[in-house]
Amino acid sequence: MTRLNKRPALLLFLLVLAILAPLGHGNYIIYVLTSWLIFSIAAMGLNLTLGYAGQISLAQASFMAIGAYTTAIMTLAGWHWLIAAPVGMVLCFLVGLVLGYPALRVKGHFLAFVTLAFNTLVFLVLRNEDWLTGGSYGLSSMPRPDFYLFKTLKQLPFYYFTLAVTVVAALVLWGIVRSPWGRAFKALRENPVRAESLGVDTRRITLLAFAIGSAYAGLAGALVSPLVQYIDPGSFGLSQSLRILLMVVVGGSGFFFGPFVGAAVVILLPEMLRFTAGYYLIIYSALVIVMLAYVPNGLIGIGTRLRERFWPQHRARGDLAKGAQLK
Amino acid sequence: MTAPALSVRNISKTFGTIRAVNDVSFDVRTGEILGLIGPNGSGKSTLFNCILGQLPPDGGAVHVAGQQVSGSRACDLSKLGVGRTFQQLSVFPQMSVLDNVILAGQEHHGSMLSRLFGKPDAGLTADAEKMISFFRLEHLRDELAGSLSYGQQKLLDAAMAFMAGPGLVLLDEPAGGVNLTMLAHLKERLQTYNAEHGTTFVVIEHNMEFVMSLCSRIIVLAEGAIIAEGTPDEIRSNQQVIDAYLGG
Ligand SMILES: Nc1ncnc2c1ncn2[C@@H]1O[C@H](COP(=O)(O)OP(=O)(O)O)[C@@H](O)[C@H]1O
Ligand SMILES: [Mg+2]
Repeated sequence: MTRLNKRPALLLFLLVLAILAPLGHGNYIIYVLTSWLIFSIAAMGLNLTLGYAGQISLAQASFMAIGAYTTAIMTLAGWHWLIAAPVGMVLCFLVGLVLGYPALRVKGHFLAFVTLAFNTLVFLVLRNEDWLTGGSYGLSSMPRPDFYLFKTLKQLPFYYFTLAVTVVAALVLWGIVRSPWGRAFKALRENPVRAESLGVDTRRITLLAFAIGSAYAGLAGALVSPLVQYIDPGSFGLSQSLRILLMVVVGGSGFFFGPFVGAAVVILLPEMLRFTAGYYLIIYSALVIVMLAYVPNGLIGIGTRLRERFWPQHRARGDLAKGAQLK
Repeated sequence: MTAPALSVRNISKTFGTIRAVNDVSFDVRTGEILGLIGPNGSGKSTLFNCILGQLPPDGGAVHVAGQQVSGSRACDLSKLGVGRTFQQLSVFPQMSVLDNVILAGQEHHGSMLSRLFGKPDAGLTADAEKMISFFRLEHLRDELAGSLSYGQQKLLDAAMAFMAGPGLVLLDEPAGGVNLTMLAHLKERLQTYNAEHGTTFVVIEHNMEFVMSLCSRIIVLAEGAIIAEGTPDEIRSNQQVIDAYLGG
């Protein structure tokens, strides 16, 4: 209980930190911070699929592509971002349902294979349907959202716009995780057979988790479009999907703030590993393997364990205090 | 004539060459507490899993209160008012006792949408607290289920099976590994629940004392087939049963 009550305070502190972070920095740093937020949203979605519902999706970047292209096409045609982004998200949600429905009827990690293939499908559609997507050349010069009094043309206001979207997305997810759906997601992860015997339609709830997770990727894509103002099929390949998966695993899958930590590490890592040049991908793959094998709970998991080790929460077990009640 | 609470007809299940359940048929009357006993590996848990949609049986039919349920999924059976416990502890260790019990009830209230947009507790906190108190776990309400003692987790397991107000509950070794005081407590709670709600029970149990004093009728399974059926006294003196238990 105590942990739950500390959450709002922690959230507020992080928010203030995020507001102050870009001040006094140049455009490049602000750009990196903005991508951190955007990838945090994509990772938050995958965290719901993987961390809460226990399914591996390897197509998070493909859903970002759907969101990014939808937003690009619509804003280039004159629609406002506030219309285009939700359309992209709904599209991702629906595609998630269509993709997940057959996959989740088959047991095991079938969804992983289906989403793997989906990467290729999306890439081919984006490349071949020139009339809509601009083919290999992609789309460019997407306008940044304009709210009359608040224009996001410059890098700093765009960062604050992204931050606002991230906060709303996080609050909505927070609401989902706290709702009975969230309880069912957690139950599914801990003991799916028992959950099913208690009336949880595990197949349906897993499908919904995947579809919602995909919609979050769509939202991230909707922000990528105006940020980089140039998208092509290659920006949303399998390696990008794996990168988002890495963010979730590194940050701590199933922890609410895990994606933010994971995205920070994965986005800053290339900067730090720049001196290794071509070895970046090898080091990065090795890191995934090590994390999966030795610290499945990710960095937040390590943090929690260290805290419990050195600053244990003094909470006498109720049954020790009142064990005699069961006569 | 009302339909029996549970009717099992010619259920069989093989795993490779092992015939775990062999053409089992029986009925359970509404409000009855039926015991299901038999040596280890005689197919009791497998029979439960076939009845409850967790395993597909090779053949046979199951009716709950007259309704054909063969081929139904476990979650559908739960919605039809069939609760169960598993032989292994099956609580959600990383969730609080209260959350465990609320989860056990939430899918039976409202719709998918109300469970997303409605109250986080699905309006079940009071009911869940009542159920927790019924099993005298109220002092553990906010503890993580995984931090409870084994016996307390067994009680929680049972509380979860009852939370949705089922008409029929199948309990797989509810007293397994539970100490003597807890055992008496559990038995008394089950009897009280049965008397107050008229709920039908089928109980698998190894503890003879427990079964004989709780159940009004007992079915004995050996090597997947029913070898005897009767009142506790009849079963106690049945030579075939004694032989089966002695490994004859
Ligand atoms: N999933 C399974 N796969 C293969 N064999 C199984 C499986 N479940 C149970 N069995 C076998 O079926 C038989 C009956 O097991 P079970 O139903 O657990 O017995 P009981 O509950 O009476 O102790 C045993 O021989 C057991 O080894
Ligand atoms: Mg068994």
